[in-house]
Amino acid sequence: MNKNEYIPFLSEIVEVIKHTEIEYTFRMAYDGEVKPGQFFEVSFPKYGEAPISVSGIENGCVDLTIRRVGKVTNEVFEKYVGDKLFLRGPYGNGFDVDDYKGKEIVVVAGGTGVSPVRGVVDYFAKNASSRKDMSFIAGFKSKEDILFEKDFEFWRESMNVVLTLDAGEETKEHKIGLVTKYIPQLKLKEVKEAVAIVVGPPAMMHFSVLALLELGLQEDNIWISQERKMCCGIGKCGHCKIGNQYVCLDGPVFRYTQGKHLVD
Amino acid sequence: MGYELSKEQMNEILSQLKEDYLIYAPKCFQDGGRFSDTDCIRYGEINKIEEIVFDKKAEYSFKEVLLPISQTLFYFTEDSVKEADAPKQGAIVFLRSCDLHSVKRLDEIYLRNGFSDYYYQRLRERVVFVLMGCQTAFDSCFCVDMGTNQSNEYDMSIDRSENGYQLDCKSNQLEKLLSQYATNNLSVTPAYVTETKTRVNIPSNLSYQIGNSNMWREYDTRCINCGRCNFVCPTCTCFTMQDIFYTDNEKAGERRRVWASCMVDGYTDVAGGASYRQKNGDRMRFKVLHKVLDYKERNGYHMCVGCGRCDDICPEYISFSHCINKLENGMKEVMEHE
Ligand SMILES: Cc1cc2nc3c(=O)[nH]c(=O)nc-3n(C[C@H](O)[C@H](O)[C@H](O)COP(=O)(O)OP(=O)(O)OC[C@H]3O[C@@H](n4cnc5c(N)ncnc54)[C@H](O)[C@@H]3O)c2cc1C
Ligand code: SF4
Ligand code: SF4
Ligand code: FES
Repeated sequence: MNKNEYIPFLSEIVEVIKHTEIEYTFRMAYDGEVKPGQFFEVSFPKYGEAPISVSGIENGCVDLTIRRVGKVTNEVFEKYVGDKLFLRGPYGNGFDVDDYKGKEIVVVAGGTGVSPVRGVVDYFAKNASSRKDMSFIAGFKSKEDILFEKDFEFWRESMNVVLTLDAGEETKEHKIGLVTKYIPQLKLKEVKEAVAIVVGPPAMMHFSVLALLELGLQEDNIWISQERKMCCGIGKCGHCKIGNQYVCLDGPVFRYTQGKHLVD
Repeated sequence: MGYELSKEQMNEILSQLKEDYLIYAPKCFQDGGRFSDTDCIRYGEINKIEEIVFDKKAEYSFKEVLLPISQTLFYFTEDSVKEADAPKQGAIVFLRSCDLHSVKRLDEIYLRNGFSDYYYQRLRERVVFVLMGCQTAFDSCFCVDMGTNQSNEYDMSIDRSENGYQLDCKSNQLEKLLSQYATNNLSVTPAYVTETKTRVNIPSNLSYQIGNSNMWREYDTRCINCGRCNFVCPTCTCFTMQDIFYTDNEKAGERRRVWASCMVDGYTDVAGGASYRQKNGDRMRFKVLHKVLDYKERNGYHMCVGCGRCDDICPEYISFSHCINKLENGMKEVMEHE
């Protein structure tokens, strides 16, 4: 008999990092193999499950950055003092850092979309010699919504970081305006060879990809990560299907060329 | 091996089988129909062979035997989970060729497509299939065009005959039982149809561009997104998770999965109020293309088995087979606008 994938396991909450009122990172004990961009189903018995991306991987731990938006996520925030959470996963394909090694890299992310790419950005911050130049454009609504603020300081040391807010006053750390405003300003050395990752709300991804194509990037060199309703995470419940692809199995990370023909 | 058995002999066999199996077949539920004073033919447990309805189509498929409408996956307290027990008995299912073909589709999703599903697998391993031969097709059937009118994947077949029932048996276990009663050693081929009144044509150039056709707009208003077409379909497999907690002990409860429909509101809702396919015509397009385009791209053969149940059940008289037959013009329309 095969493993029962639906039964969650208890994982210890090692640390809780509060970014904003409604966004916390839960550092969870987890020892198995896992990639950035993969996700876990976080369970709160009585309330249900929610797919949450891996936002960091460190010796024996995975980070799950959760935004409080509804039934399950409310419970996680209210009740987590219990020091353990039910998880199952990791699921999905995730990002493969090998796809970007040795290349000039652009990462564009918005809001909680920063979570799934954080592992990739962090990898190339720590292994700067394994790539060429790198730019990271991250957008948040306001100063209060910024996630991973400390990480940005570290990332700035090795790459071109544009941290932008939808509105407010420009400072030394923050620009103002949508991420799409800063894409045309990128100075890429070999635009035809450059690779890009775009993750965020659907409209933001759409316009960011258009801006990158405009800049001269090749469709084949752009990756996106999709979010859809998920009830199983393992190719059974059907909710996440787009065209012939299951976001939970074949994604959530897709090459732009692979995803662009898919209609919801 | 082929056998001919009388009604009495069949019933003796059934009563022996009932010791180890639940026996499911299409049967008549009086006054259970969709309109007053009508009967409903659907699956239920049978005790006697004459309860099986051979001359009408079951409105609902057998699929709830393998995929219960609501299935408990596990029980939980605040810090522990306990898997739900498997049913004690196996099951014998009497079904027609189209439905037997649908088992292959259910297996594709539930045993393959990424992961093997524990709960499906443990039921599936204990199900025996008895193919019911078809003398003639019903009005809405289009199995021949879908290539599902004949099947060899049965454990046993059954056809009615003048003296009782003719059976072809492929299962050693059943063979032992039958040979205790066998009157004859015959060569039996289960009946199958070679033509249907309803025909469908799936255009070979069908692509996702069909989404741009105006053909879907008709369904925006006609379809009431009730989801019946999904619930009767032997190849629809979607579910939604549901957590329940007990009123007498709020710390304990269970997680279930329940049938879901891509036609019904809420199927794609994500946090913050966003959803995809808000128009009913777009849901129709999503369902139709799953049945005759994207499943095939993934698995090499069509999902729809042509049972016609979705046509029969629709309260708005929306015909799936008509819709398939509009795809060709729909493709012409979108190619012209290229
Ligand atoms: C691959 C993937 C990665 C994600 N990563 C993160 C992350 O890192 N951080 C984060 O805060 N959120 C993430 N989300 C979104 C998160 O799953 C939803 O916000 C969460 O499910 C909301 O659940 P809820 O019960 O609190 O809200 P409710 O609104 O009460 O949710 C009701 C139901 O809808 C489903 N649902 C709601 N929103 C979504 C959604 N966007 N995607 C899929 N299912 C949804 C849930 O399964 C839930 O059962 C991710 C979603 C996906 C698909
Ligand atoms: S097509 Fe008919 S059965 Fe299906 S959801 Fe629409 S109205 Fe209901
Ligand atoms: S789509 Fe309709 S005709 Fe095809 S298998 Fe499902 S119920 Fe039968
Ligand atoms: S989440 Fe259930 S099929 Fe993808």
